[in-house]
Amino acid sequence: MKISLGPNLFYWPKQTTLDFYAAVAQMPVDIVYLGETVCSRRHELRAEDWLDVARQLADAGKEVVLASQALIESESDLKALRRLVDNGEFRVEANEMGAVRLLAEKKLPWVAGMSLNVFNGHTLNLLAQMGATRWVMPPEASRETLAGILADKPAALETEVFAYGRLPLAWSARCFTARRFNLQKDTCEFKCIDFPDGMLLKTREHQDFLVINGIQTMSAKTYNLLREMPQAAGVEVLRLSPQAQGMAEVVAAARRALAGASTDLAGDYCNGFWHGQPGLELVETAS
Amino acid sequence: MSIELVCPAGGLPALKAAVDNGANCVYAGFKDDTNARNFSGLNFDDASLREGIRYAHSHGAKVLIALNTYPQTENWQRWTAAVDKAADFGVDAIILADIGLMDYAQRAQPNLRLHLSVQGSATSYEAINFYRERFNIQRAVLPRVLSLAQVEQVVKNTPVEIEVFGFGGLCVMVEGRCALSAYATGTSPNCNGACSPGKAVRWEQTPQGMETRLAGILIDRFADGERAGYPTLCKGRFEVDDATYYAIEEPTSLNTLELLPQLMDIGIRAIKIEGRQRSPAYVAQVTKVWREAIDLCQKDAARFAPKAAWMAELNKVSEGQSHTLGAYNRPWK
Repeated sequence: MKISLGPNLFYWPKQTTLDFYAAVAQMPVDIVYLGETVCSRRHELRAEDWLDVARQLADAGKEVVLASQALIESESDLKALRRLVDNGEFRVEANEMGAVRLLAEKKLPWVAGMSLNVFNGHTLNLLAQMGATRWVMPPEASRETLAGILADKPAALETEVFAYGRLPLAWSARCFTARRFNLQKDTCEFKCIDFPDGMLLKTREHQDFLVINGIQTMSAKTYNLLREMPQAAGVEVLRLSPQAQGMAEVVAAARRALAGASTDLAGDYCNGFWHGQPGLELVETAS
Repeated sequence: MSIELVCPAGGLPALKAAVDNGANCVYAGFKDDTNARNFSGLNFDDASLREGIRYAHSHGAKVLIALNTYPQTENWQRWTAAVDKAADFGVDAIILADIGLMDYAQRAQPNLRLHLSVQGSATSYEAINFYRERFNIQRAVLPRVLSLAQVEQVVKNTPVEIEVFGFGGLCVMVEGRCALSAYATGTSPNCNGACSPGKAVRWEQTPQGMETRLAGILIDRFADGERAGYPTLCKGRFEVDDATYYAIEEPTSLNTLELLPQLMDIGIRAIKIEGRQRSPAYVAQVTKVWREAIDLCQKDAARFAPKAAWMAELNKVSEGQSHTLGAYNRPWK
């Protein structure tokens, strides 16, 4: 089983991002997904900067995939998407059907991202016919759903599962971070950059519930399938989602898990989706 | 070009109310999780659907069936059987989100017209044209996230008819891209066709006020005299960085009546009214107002202005008793 690092869902200063990926180059991960998938206003790294990072990681022996934005709204979003598709060097992860159209038209190989809503084998087979070489399971799908999908999966298609990190749960045209500061989205002052792991949203009885990350809403708990993944039939890539602190420890824990050793990490974890339960549940499993 | 009024029907009485008050189309679903309003007591069995189609067709209205959830491998046959049943019953179109199911429908029922559901999350013409080229989609329903200028850009760049939401409950999240309910309650809009389900709701009068919970999670707390709303997950009050407020969305509903001339001008082909879970009286009221508005606007768009009486009628049935232009006009942008 390979380990991938998903696209960074948060917004960090340029130097922080460059330092993070310089460290990633030394980490035992096989695949790195790069790019801004959440908000088109986040501009610390330009397209060329991302390509520079991509080349450095490729030189370090990583497989690099450029991830597309999940919510396309404007013509400039489409321009950026076309540039991504035409990058000529790296595979692209398609996170909505517009990207699928462009990639299939050019007969390029591509990765079907987790927001494409693949819940059955028929849909997966269609995407494979359009050129998908790997697919990422929607996080809300369970292992039973996965088993069903994989029953008639084309042999050449790789399966990837989001296995560690705060779950991206919803996208909106609205920015909830800007809303917190009574700012308009178009003049948001890029407040996301002050919250490297998002803003915690609690209930009125102070229970951690969700995380606000610009236009994205995430789980407050960290989804953790490191115990489950080594036994997961048909999963070929385990995805870790970038976080501001302790990424090297998470990667090391994932490596240990794959080697059959203990994965003990301290944190507020959940794994419900995988077990067919509400996502925030933590189902105890043997380590 | 005429614009169709597409109205919700949670059951036969609502369907008849829509048709009687001037709907061009009614949309409905079967009694299971093949549609995104899978609520108990709602939707159509065979007898009521047969009668509904007969009634609509005899009054010149169309019937659209929503099969807009995502089938899973183990229940795949239920969704394909629903496609076949819709075709056998002679519905005018089916509304789909899953490309596997579109592929099936196209092969098994080549004469059946396909609409792309809002649950397909297609927000650009590239995405919509993908569905057109691959699955011969004739119409697409846009998620409620684009500004009017962005909607226009979509219309200009696709041959697919574009349908937009005009009135009703407002999802602040991109439809088809929200797992909040699945995260909290295990009930997934994508796969189970429901959000923040009634079975997970608890209302509780406490010394702090009326508390509403979803799967045990406190969604909101209301002072005496405050109107306690249904605890839809994204419409609660939460704490973020020491402020307590509607952190995601205030409980308002969408009303785009005043945008009608612009929607017609940019070439929108259909206006959708939300609310299959609402009463026949709601459907009758909203349909009547929108029919009158569309007819007036088609006669003389330049002089169209929403009548105060219409807005008052619509506000009466609005969620949260207030309305917004939603993403079409972006005061929050």
